[in-house]
Amino acid sequence: MSLKTKIFTKGFIEVSPFFLSVVPFGVIFGAIGIELGFGPYITYATSIIIFGGASQIVFLHLLSGGASSLIAISSVAVINSRHILYGAVLSDHLDKLSKLKKFFISYFVTDQAFAVSNLYLKNNKNNEGYYYHILGSGFGLWISWQIATIAGIVLGSFVPDELGLKFIIPLNFIAMLIPYYKKLDHVFVMILSGSAAILLINAPFRSYIILASLISLISIFLIRKFKK
Amino acid sequence: MIWITIIISGIITYFLRASSLVFIKKEMLNEEMRAVLSYVPSAIFPAIIFPAVFLDESFVFVDLNDPKIIAAFIAIVVGYLSKNVIATIVLGMISYWMLIFVIM
Repeated sequence: MSLKTKIFTKGFIEVSPFFLSVVPFGVIFGAIGIELGFGPYITYATSIIIFGGASQIVFLHLLSGGASSLIAISSVAVINSRHILYGAVLSDHLDKLSKLKKFFISYFVTDQAFAVSNLYLKNNKNNEGYYYHILGSGFGLWISWQIATIAGIVLGSFVPDELGLKFIIPLNFIAMLIPYYKKLDHVFVMILSGSAAILLINAPFRSYIILASLISLISIFLIRKFKK
Repeated sequence: MIWITIIISGIITYFLRASSLVFIKKEMLNEEMRAVLSYVPSAIFPAIIFPAVFLDESFVFVDLNDPKIIAAFIAIVVGYLSKNVIATIVLGMISYWMLIFVIM
């Protein structure tokens, strides 16, 4: 196996535990699309064109409820705006790559691929082919989401609501924070962000996610500044 | 019309992903910015976790002994102790099912 294949495989393997949460989530999404009456093509198209789980669910719910295209597009933009922060972090780890490679990698940046590859890319910046890690994790997440969406479209309402499978979503994010639970400063940021999100829950276009993230980042910035 | 809406949403999402990744140059970030950016996972993920655990579908607080709160707490403890993603998700989900189907 070549070095690049090895690193790609490592990224794929490291994201694969998240198939446990991504697959049920994707199946739920596919089923919701059909249930709301969008049909298989439109439901699946969102998975390949938008490729952002939470935003796809909100997108279809809004349109089925009679919201305008402008509102649906704005909501997708606000919900996915957190990717600007992932990109900012990754730009520092991937600064040596060509623009073309960066544009290619961008499509595959998701919550899970970012969570899995962030620390690897940071610690292996000087190693050849290191960026294949996020291609591996990104592709793994992508293919599992595509297959799960199709499965949901086919299975449709065979997935009963009573199973409480939606709870897999917060569990997925709880598992992505594993590297940080032992760091007190990180735990402080988590509690701040979570509390801010609850306080701002009714903010327009579901902006509570990005607002709570920015509030907690600005807070930690100010705290660090005054501690000096 | 819906196809155009999907395509525009897709293009915007792609550019949100690419914008900072492609256009932020190394020189634009100082040590302090890098230090703050290292908190990004801890700043974003809880903003998704907290509402999903503490609020119901109409954004009203659930009871403190709600199965979601208990199971999320168990998952965090498992994650903290085991550092294992599979154990965290599986035990979190099993705890939740035990609570909603067996105990409550």
